[in-house]
Amino acid sequence: MKEKDVIIIGGGPAGLAAAAALYKKGIHDVLILEREKNPGGILRQCIHDGFGLTRFHETLSGPEYAQRFLDEIEKYHIPYLTDTMVLGLKAGTRKIVTAASRSGLEEWSAKAVILAMGCRERTRGALGIPGERPAGVFTAGTAQAYMNLYNRMPGKEIIILGSGDIGMIMARRLTLEGAHVQAVFEVLPYASGLPRNVEQCLNDYGIPLYLSHTVTEIHGDARLKGVTVSEVDSTRTPIPGTEKFYACDTLILSVGLIPENELTSEAGGILDLHTNGAVVDENFQTSLPGVFAAGNVLHVHDLVDFVSLEAEKLADSAARYILGEPLRDCPLKISAGSSIGHVVPQRISGKTDFLLSLRVSSPHRNGRILVQQGNHIVAAHEFRRAVPAEMLQIKIPAANINCTEDLEVSVE
Amino acid sequence: MQEQYDVLIIGAGVIGSAIAREMARYKLKIGVLEKNLDVCNETSGRNSAVVHGGFAYDTASLKARFCVEANRMMGDLASELDFPFERCGKVLVGNTPEDMTHLHNTLRQGKANGVTNLEIIGDDKLHELVPAVIGKFAMWSHNSGIMDPFLYTVALAENAQANGVDFYFGHRVIDIQRDRDSLYIVKTSQGCFSSRWIVNAAGLGCKEISDMLGIKGYKVIGSKGDYIVLDKKLGALLPMPVYPVPSNTYMGVHVTNTIDGNVTVGPNAENVTDFSYYGVPKRNIDFLIESASRLWPHISRKDQIRNFSGILPKWVDANGNIQDYKIELRDDIAPHAINLVGIESPGLTSAVPIARYVTGLMQEREKLTANRSFSPIRRGIRRFAACTREEQAALIAANPDYGEIICRCEKVTKAELLQAIHNPLGVSTMTGVKYRTRCMMGRCQGGYCQTRLEQLLEKECGRQAKDIIYSRQGAWLLQGKVREGI
Repeated sequence: MKEKDVIIIGGGPAGLAAAAALYKKGIHDVLILEREKNPGGILRQCIHDGFGLTRFHETLSGPEYAQRFLDEIEKYHIPYLTDTMVLGLKAGTRKIVTAASRSGLEEWSAKAVILAMGCRERTRGALGIPGERPAGVFTAGTAQAYMNLYNRMPGKEIIILGSGDIGMIMARRLTLEGAHVQAVFEVLPYASGLPRNVEQCLNDYGIPLYLSHTVTEIHGDARLKGVTVSEVDSTRTPIPGTEKFYACDTLILSVGLIPENELTSEAGGILDLHTNGAVVDENFQTSLPGVFAAGNVLHVHDLVDFVSLEAEKLADSAARYILGEPLRDCPLKISAGSSIGHVVPQRISGKTDFLLSLRVSSPHRNGRILVQQGNHIVAAHEFRRAVPAEMLQIKIPAANINCTEDLEVSVE
Repeated sequence: MQEQYDVLIIGAGVIGSAIAREMARYKLKIGVLEKNLDVCNETSGRNSAVVHGGFAYDTASLKARFCVEANRMMGDLASELDFPFERCGKVLVGNTPEDMTHLHNTLRQGKANGVTNLEIIGDDKLHELVPAVIGKFAMWSHNSGIMDPFLYTVALAENAQANGVDFYFGHRVIDIQRDRDSLYIVKTSQGCFSSRWIVNAAGLGCKEISDMLGIKGYKVIGSKGDYIVLDKKLGALLPMPVYPVPSNTYMGVHVTNTIDGNVTVGPNAENVTDFSYYGVPKRNIDFLIESASRLWPHISRKDQIRNFSGILPKWVDANGNIQDYKIELRDDIAPHAINLVGIESPGLTSAVPIARYVTGLMQEREKLTANRSFSPIRRGIRRFAACTREEQAALIAANPDYGEIICRCEKVTKAELLQAIHNPLGVSTMTGVKYRTRCMMGRCQGGYCQTRLEQLLEKECGRQAKDIIYSRQGAWLLQGKVREGI
């Protein structure tokens, strides 16, 4: 068994950023394990631009954004293994990581492990969309991989369900390659992706977005023949009598992302039912000491810049852990209160400033995010507009926190 | 005219495949005509995947006789043919005094049918067996089990093929005539075949083929059942299938652990006339979740990964009463034709005894010579995910393709995909590989691996993207290339 200071599981934006940041903090005995042929993660198939505005103050394509980090990895000679799939993680004083590759089954023992596995797409099956099961139903990311990594065209007459960012980006991409995107349907009364994508990917191409609509039946026993779309009421229940048939050969689903945490739960890590990611403290440490998580495996981000920044932040505490410095105890819980979808971190020490990430659970205008300990207001963040599609981050100063009471976040 | 056969079997479901294998024990030239592009695409593969005990069928019926016989031999079959089978038992759970009466009747009928190891158990024992189950008492059938219907049928068909049987996929039978030499001329969507014997194992198409043989008048109704599939994390909580107390004609919505560790919920039962519509409507999904939640508390929409449905062909009399299996040889109308009608549940369990019975009918008409080179042994694809760490290491050392994991959820390796793509039956659909390996069958439903599988199929089969078929004729997967020339 080989020994390492830290094993990073996943060579996407979170893993690469964490590795480079750790190196700069003096942690050089790092190994990145990546299951794909090349590092870079899902950025490799994101050939559109718009990445990097926050992190690099310029707009880059996905592969260009990944390359910035890969250049650092090369510069520092940080080792990574590709085509290597982690099969198991055992958390103890030392963490045991088992992975398979063409060269065999290997085990490493590490002081710390960084979870950077990203997320997967919610599927038709998970939604339970009724109807038949023909070919031609793709998640947006799968369609994107076919087009951008393999030069394969999924279809010509397209309906898109869900106004997630990847779905809207694929609406534009398919249109540019000659497919006919008839419409995008969204079950919610508002777009679930970023407003800029509604403008640049749909409006600019005359692709209609129908809010409060969903696919209620899939037709076709071989290739997709069409879908039935219905309007939904405020409880997202289809309204009888509003069914309309759309002939199409391809249905693209952009209906949400799920952090990929099977490895985390098998190792005994506690998951947050709201984020589907691990419960972490302000050090990005999971319930398993020495196991850290950042990026989309922790909670789904809408911009990759925040993934990198979060992973770089994680490197601060992971480096301290690896060097044997004690991390602060985090006895105070933070929970999502009214109109809040989720919060990260879920535990803090109360002794240091920290960055609170959250999403509202429904759109709000001219309100305040309140962080409270009982009746005591720790922080209040005023906003003009808050939507679930946009993650909010608020700096919380330690000065206002008392070290005894749990915190709750809500919208006022 | 293509080929002349001693026997042509119509249908490569579990019954047709079992008959093919059974008849391959004799010196016969055998062909199997299947309209789909793979075995087990209809009734055989779309069910609860339970190996039944045989207590639920009328005493002295063929259903009871074959099922009880099959249940006894399933362990031996599984080791001969290398398919996944587990004798995990099952419970029929009740709450009321009427339920108790029904269970005692079922138990009595089971004993009369020759089923062993049935017992009524109380609250404590029931909850020891299935901790979370909702119910006060149960009938426990020790001998019931679960299996993989697809791999079972593949195993039967591959073993038949290894013993000389020819399989023709994409061959829909359109017409059957008898010529002057008393040979059957079978016209299919891809040419004509001739044969001395015909076996109708067409499942849902049994009436159509029966009519072509001239044996008319059967009334076959379809009973459609929908299912939902739940995430593997629930499999560990369910050690055996949990059924409600059955009525005379319907087993009820049950919760079943699958051999791969998922949980299925279903079926409802709806009479249908369209035997090709497998859509699952929302009201049925709701009904399944609601019904099954009364048996087992862990059912949540959040954990559903897929739904599917299956249709049972039920032979009914003029009053609509469901009949026993009909397996006949009508010398007066269609000599040398064995006609199987209404092979519904427990057909999956009963396939081999049915096949032996069919072969027996043939032997009553002509003497069959043993095929001395017949081997009943068949080996399947070694599954990486099912191996211990030591075995996995050894597999990779022997074949590095076992170290390349293509399907992340089910941990399916390139080695397994290559074996499935180059399967002995020559099936080359995406679902053919899926059912043989479990690639694309996990919680991400192929989000990660389907592009890789598609690329591998193109390369290994020398096909273009536009020619890759997902499941059946007309199910093209991709339009082609985004841009030609790159």
